[in-house]
Amino acid sequence: MRYLIPLGIFAILVGFFAVGLELDPKKVPSPLVGKPAPEFEGALLETPERRFSESDLRGEVSLFNVWASWCAACRTEHPFLMDLAREGTVPIYGLNYKDKRDDALQWLGKLGNPYSASIVDPEGRIGLDWGVYGVPETFVVDAAGVVRWKVIGPITPEIWRKDVQPLVEQLRRGKAG
Amino acid sequence: MKTQIALLLVLLAGPLPALAVIESYDFETPAQEQRFKQLSEELRCLVCQNENLASSRADLAQDLRQQLHEMILAGASNDEIVEYMVARYGDFVLYRPPVKSSTWLLWFGPAILAVLAVWVVVRVVKANARADEMPLDDAERRRVQQALDRRR
Repeated sequence: MRYLIPLGIFAILVGFFAVGLELDPKKVPSPLVGKPAPEFEGALLETPERRFSESDLRGEVSLFNVWASWCAACRTEHPFLMDLAREGTVPIYGLNYKDKRDDALQWLGKLGNPYSASIVDPEGRIGLDWGVYGVPETFVVDAAGVVRWKVIGPITPEIWRKDVQPLVEQLRRGKAG
Repeated sequence: MKTQIALLLVLLAGPLPALAVIESYDFETPAQEQRFKQLSEELRCLVCQNENLASSRADLAQDLRQQLHEMILAGASNDEIVEYMVARYGDFVLYRPPVKSSTWLLWFGPAILAVLAVWVVVRVVKANARADEMPLDDAERRRVQQALDRRR
């Protein structure tokens, strides 16, 4: 009996460590999930005379993807975004974060443009309001303009299948029903 | 020996300026500057998570310091600033997280463990004391005697 107590304590510790090791401290839950998308207004990358604001995100479930030409992980993510765009699964809006316009246009020209539109945020002001701290980040925004999910780091096919796709479908059904 | 100590002190002092943060901000009053210092030490940089805003060289920390500076000059209260940061980055930006159900374990866990530890120590000490006091009965006395005899 008296040996069971330390054994029990050990088991509890192992439990905590097991959970702790699985958690990634880089993935901070976003307080934006469940809230309306932060207000913003910015110029579009390709047509700077046109403005885009959070109200333009409304009407349809969409992805809001924060990217930059200087971001190596964005390059990793890019082919998958191209796949998504080709399949026309869901519109992807880009936030071109702290980037130079020429670099960004060149990047899209060379690798392809998966975005329905890209908003420029040269000083990171819009990013600040969205709580961006590591690019790439992707938000799922529902048809009412409410943020429903945030992926930190590149979207991989696994994350897409496991987390994002089911949510997008569920949000669409919610709207239909 | 003296020169060696002097040399050591110089070498130790060398990295100190590197700790200071890059850009400087102007404030209207010393109180504002004090608040800037205090808040930038209490807010965490999310990129390099073991640093606060005051000491981080990360781009994002710089942006947030700038934001902090602007908000202080605009007359925002400490609560308003903290609320602004939490609304964007969550409780994680605070080095002193708020007390709520999800952080109870964090806040009270150590105290609970300390109480448990004291309880265990008290029990062990008491048990030992009791063992010392417990007199042997006749049968036990005989066994002790036999064991001693056997050794002779």
